[in-house]
Amino acid sequence: MSEQPKFKVTIDNITVEVPAGTTILNAARMIGGEVTPPAMCYYSKLEGSGGKCRTCLVEVSKGSEKDPRPMPKLVASCRTTVMDGMEVKNITSEKVLDARKGVVEMLLINHPLDCPVCDQAGECHLQDLSYEHGASGTRYEFDRRTFEKEDIGDYISLHMTRCILCYRCVFTAEQLTQRREHGILERGDHAEISTLLGKSLDNEFIGNVIDVCPVGALTDKTFRFKNRVWFTKPVDAHCSCTKCSGKVRLWMRGDEVFRVTARKDKWGEVEEFICNDCRFHRKSVSDWTIEGPSKIDRHSVISQGHYVGTKKQPVYIDKVIGKDPKLLMDIHKVSDVNRPEIELSKIDGPAHSDDFKKDR
Amino acid sequence: MKVLLEHAHVEGIRYYDTYRKNGGYRAVEKAFKMTPDEIVEEVKKSGLRGRGGAGFPTGMKWSFLAKPEGVPRHLVCNADESEPGTFKDRYLMEFLPHLLIEGLIVSSFALGCNATYIYIRGEYAWIVDILEQAIAEAKNNGWLGKNILNTGFDCEIYVQRGGGAYICGEETALIESLEGKRGNPRIKPPFPAIQGVWMRPTVVNNVETLAAVVPILNMGGEAYAKIGVGKSTGTKLLSVCGNVNKPGVYEIDMTQSVEEFIFSDEYCGGIPKGKRLKACIPGGSSVPIVPANLLLKTAQGETRYMNYESLADGGFATGTMMGSGGFIVMDEDQCVVRHTMTLARFYNHESCGQCSPCREGTGWMYKILKNLEYGKGKMSDIDLLWDIQRKIEGNTICPLGDAAAWPVAAAIRHFRDEFEWHVLNPDESQRRNFGLAHYADPIHVPTTA
Repeated sequence: MSEQPKFKVTIDNITVEVPAGTTILNAARMIGGEVTPPAMCYYSKLEGSGGKCRTCLVEVSKGSEKDPRPMPKLVASCRTTVMDGMEVKNITSEKVLDARKGVVEMLLINHPLDCPVCDQAGECHLQDLSYEHGASGTRYEFDRRTFEKEDIGDYISLHMTRCILCYRCVFTAEQLTQRREHGILERGDHAEISTLLGKSLDNEFIGNVIDVCPVGALTDKTFRFKNRVWFTKPVDAHCSCTKCSGKVRLWMRGDEVFRVTARKDKWGEVEEFICNDCRFHRKSVSDWTIEGPSKIDRHSVISQGHYVGTKKQPVYIDKVIGKDPKLLMDIHKVSDVNRPEIELSKIDGPAHSDDFKKDR
Repeated sequence: MKVLLEHAHVEGIRYYDTYRKNGGYRAVEKAFKMTPDEIVEEVKKSGLRGRGGAGFPTGMKWSFLAKPEGVPRHLVCNADESEPGTFKDRYLMEFLPHLLIEGLIVSSFALGCNATYIYIRGEYAWIVDILEQAIAEAKNNGWLGKNILNTGFDCEIYVQRGGGAYICGEETALIESLEGKRGNPRIKPPFPAIQGVWMRPTVVNNVETLAAVVPILNMGGEAYAKIGVGKSTGTKLLSVCGNVNKPGVYEIDMTQSVEEFIFSDEYCGGIPKGKRLKACIPGGSSVPIVPANLLLKTAQGETRYMNYESLADGGFATGTMMGSGGFIVMDEDQCVVRHTMTLARFYNHESCGQCSPCREGTGWMYKILKNLEYGKGKMSDIDLLWDIQRKIEGNTICPLGDAAAWPVAAAIRHFRDEFEWHVLNPDESQRRNFGLAHYADPIHVPTTA
């Protein structure tokens, strides 16, 4: 293979060199940290995904070295490829932050916000997104949209009210399974995920739609209301499965396996898709060879209590704004907890105030 | 000046024989004596701009078409005319189907397309029959099919009916729908000129644009460019509706002033019952509404003319757009709040639901406008509406988001006092309309724009 040309792209004043054809979002993911735009619909493993949720909008302040004109509108970073010398503004652009706040608000106005009874709570991308970019209150004063409840089989439960129509599950079924049995019906704000004439989804790999769903619209029926995800402990395990790689993540409490999911990387994307047998039927420890505790570093809630060996996201805020951030208040002056010289990832298990005592 | 509609009133012009007798298919004969590149050059010289709404130069669009070896190219005629207030293409197809077919043959030859599609709005069911009949007539007389006029050029025209979705008038959604998929707009790039129908290079043009290729070939690009004014060359069809004495389809050469167009007997013939002009949407429902004083004169006090540049003078703060030519006139009895609500309902209903700002925002705007119209609104709702439209505009995949946001923005920009009157007089706003007011004087331009 011939040498691929490398493009230089500057995102929020940080320059990286990426192969030609990389999208802005993936270039930003190579940098990592807070300069990475959030993505609700883009999924690097699914071809054709992205561009729909509009949370990853960025401002291109310089098109390329050859054509330095800025792009007139904000662009979806997940579907825009980089050009040589491109300059992108993400969190340094007021316009982007304002638009993103608007998108989050739009995503939430019809979302039921039933997190207390939602199985996805704790690992929900919409929760993370609204925590990071949303407003504290709503300006929406109308009834939220509802749908007729639909049963799509014994293993997957569909809550259409929670859906943000990212189309990920449609792409998953299209690209992973023999036949796609569900899709989007209707249009506009009444568009819904549905199967044709109430068919149930049964396909050997259809369980993966649960993992790709960024919200609680598609959840595991075998795990339904059994436990909260942050009480269960993620453990990497494998088995010799004839249908898939058998590399999974078990969510356990004591010796009990509450649910089985695929392993996800730090962007919340599945590393290897797993089959339905592994996901729904192997719920006993004896089915699996345990590898050890999983390292989760992105989702704040489910990583509580699992600090050891986690990888910290890089912090670029000084580079982004070009100077050290001026803190309104240094928390360490008033609190003994979270002392900077104590590395959280070195603490075994949940942090306790004893861990931060001076004389320890 | 009539160029497209020159023979529109000839008895039987819908049929081949009469059309041919009135000089039809001369453009095809002429085109086959030229090379495809010469035709594209001729269209470029004519300065023809897309008549579907955006006004993009057609010759330039054609020259962008990728021409890889061994890959078929397609021409698609966008006859999915669904914009409220626009019905010019219907008139053309209904009365002069052969003009469109002639334009399609010439354009297909210029672009090297052997399979050409007319994607027609589903509700135009009877026009499908008219077009099918015209295509059969053209085929029987050797203008379509294999080896046309012994030139070795093959061309077939297929008519495809849409399923009744406004969004399928957007070119990439149209392409998806034509392929038999759900009509969701595609994310650009890649543009249709590179990857369109079945991932092949495609040109999508409006009915009127393709019909205008015929007079361009007949009279030559330079002669066509002399019609009109400045960059607005040629003639434009306008479909006039609303409170005018003579609604209908008019062909203008874009030199008339707006005042002349509305009040002269040659065109709209003034407002009925001696009422006064309140506002107008000059280019189909998605372009900004403008009050009478800004419609007849620009913000600088110059006369406004019926062409692309003059109507757009002043940007969206004080101007509007030529759009697709759906000229909607409102007299002093019309309620802008109600009108805006109707449009918001339309865009809410027609949003494809693919990207979130448009899917959720259009419904939100409609609900707020409904409250305002029915006397349940609050003063803060007006600012909220402004904020919502600002967050939809420009942040969506396709222009439907913009099209939903602009009418709301313009209505608030120019008629804010009417919205406020609805909030302050909830009972009275149910009984009577606001009528003429001192709107836009001085011109109100919100600072958050």
